[in-house]
Amino acid sequence: MQHIALGGIDYAILIIYFVFVLGIGWALRRVIRSSEDFFLSGRSIPAWIAGLAFISANLGAQEVIGMAASGAKYGIMTSHFYWVGAMPAMVFVGLFMMPFYYGSRARSVPEYLKLRFDEKTRALNAITFAIMTVFSSGISMYALAKLFELVLGWSFHGSIVLSAVIVLIYIFLGGLTSAIYNEVLQFFLIVLGFLPLVLLGLKDVGGWNGLTAKLATVATNAGFEPGAWTHSWKYMDSPSHNPMGMEWFGLVMGLGFALSFGYWCTDFLVVQRAMAAGSMTAARRTPLIAAVPKMLMPMLVILPGMLAIGLHASRGGFLPIGSDGQPNYNLAIPMMLAHYLPSGLLGLGLTALMASFMSGMAGNVTAFNSVWTYDIYQTHIRPGQTDAHYLRVGHAATVFGIVASVLAAYSATRFNNILDMLQLVFSFVNGPLFATFLLGMFWRRTTSHGAFYGLLTGTITAALHYGLTLPHGAVPGIKGGFLGAVLHVYPSEMALNFWTALFAWTGCFVATLLISLFTKRTKTDDELRGLVYSLTPRIQEGHMPWYKRPVTLAVAILVVSTILNVIFW
Amino acid sequence: MRFPIGGMFSIIGAILVVYGFLSSRAIYDKSLGINVNLWWGLVLLAFGLVMLGYAVRASGGWSAWRRSMLPQPPGQDPRPPAVS
Repeated sequence: MQHIALGGIDYAILIIYFVFVLGIGWALRRVIRSSEDFFLSGRSIPAWIAGLAFISANLGAQEVIGMAASGAKYGIMTSHFYWVGAMPAMVFVGLFMMPFYYGSRARSVPEYLKLRFDEKTRALNAITFAIMTVFSSGISMYALAKLFELVLGWSFHGSIVLSAVIVLIYIFLGGLTSAIYNEVLQFFLIVLGFLPLVLLGLKDVGGWNGLTAKLATVATNAGFEPGAWTHSWKYMDSPSHNPMGMEWFGLVMGLGFALSFGYWCTDFLVVQRAMAAGSMTAARRTPLIAAVPKMLMPMLVILPGMLAIGLHASRGGFLPIGSDGQPNYNLAIPMMLAHYLPSGLLGLGLTALMASFMSGMAGNVTAFNSVWTYDIYQTHIRPGQTDAHYLRVGHAATVFGIVASVLAAYSATRFNNILDMLQLVFSFVNGPLFATFLLGMFWRRTTSHGAFYGLLTGTITAALHYGLTLPHGAVPGIKGGFLGAVLHVYPSEMALNFWTALFAWTGCFVATLLISLFTKRTKTDDELRGLVYSLTPRIQEGHMPWYKRPVTLAVAILVVSTILNVIFW
Repeated sequence: MRFPIGGMFSIIGAILVVYGFLSSRAIYDKSLGINVNLWWGLVLLAFGLVMLGYAVRASGGWSAWRRSMLPQPPGQDPRPPAVS
């Protein structure tokens, strides 16, 4: 493959970005005086900044590269991750869950589990979460380095070291505040860096109508109806009618409910941004503010993939062919960058790509160091030390987290679509977790044993389901079916992942419910005040004008995402 | 917060505009014959300047911002005022 040649101006833009990112870390170094400053930004971040950081922390490798790859592979159906998945979940976490997360003064999601249930539930969540963040961040780094090696001819090791060192410096200096401020900067860079690409691509294919015509060829070549790539719901009646291999029930329940609520409502990586907000109202508005750009994100990350596969079909050879004979979907964005952007804007586009990887990695590292320090080190290893001691541990954990991510990066090489692998990990761990929170927050009878063993049951259900089923055309192994017998074959990996999450959720919900009914409560109503819905005073918002209330924003978001679903039906 | 955002996009925007004037027409064959560096540079510059304008207004002018960036005498909380 021909490498893209960068000019001096492209490097200049990249360097200006590095200078600003490091400058933000440097400017904030004096702000960090206690562990609360380092891990929670001293709970002082305004809602709009926390909101943009909330979405930006999620805008890492899995988003930009993975969503474009899925856009090419599955077409506009990928938007279900946004308009069916993220929107309701983000509204739910803002309106219903933030009062308990923020109101309980818990410093992390596992700490909430400790307050609501007990130490063992917290430990289980903290440890799985810590492992998961290291993996996510490693995958992010791997993807970046692989991409830059392929497209620019940069050394794989060089890219990893460069991105790791920069992220390390700015988090080390400014903690979560620095990560959050940089995420806002990165958010704008990603939007403004990719937008010209989408506009040029659309102009080239002749707008949405031109793209529809090109994608009709793609669809018929793959044996589907011509509209399969440009309709998000129309072909959901049966798995065999759409490229994702999903029918509507599995999608709505598996992705829309189990996976998305599991991710947006319980993943500390995003919840941490809202916990850092300056007030209860700001914390509740954080996910809602984040939902607004999130709603429009498909245009920026899915559309380039659709454009790339459309051009690939009509002009031939747009995407390089991988070793499995399929186009290499992960290269959709870089190929578009190279095809449309001249020196200058090319630098901006690549900087945007770099920014997205860094924001994802920084999000993981800041979440990791809090959970490690508060929920593992302070609880189990060295309790009762001074705050300065924990601040030092936080600094050390930042270094450790980054080194561990680098190691994870070198081990992540199996899947051709990064997204599938991430979804797989999330579905084992996060799928069941949402059932625990739902029962814990809204049913005071839920007991600690119920929560802990329910969570275990959920994770085991996920592993069993995954081990006994297989996606179409795969051999038993890492892609499923490793338990010997294959009981069911799903039409695609995506379908398998959605169903795994749904099984995990159901397993955890049923087990938690049953065990809670048969075990004694360990917490009294008094201890659960502020942690459970029926025992917490309602938040009074009567004094606020109606347009400022979180619920108004929430309704507006749901209405607009419904409209978007209808437009692309 | 609007200061670094505004600053960075103003600088990058200005560089792209200048480059858009200096660069040869041939490199714009890729971008459908449009001088995207010039036009998108102007967009970035405008965005950056608007952000800077907001930042200056919200923090009570340049001088207040500069004061907040100087080292504080000991004994005072050296945290900068609420982010603009």
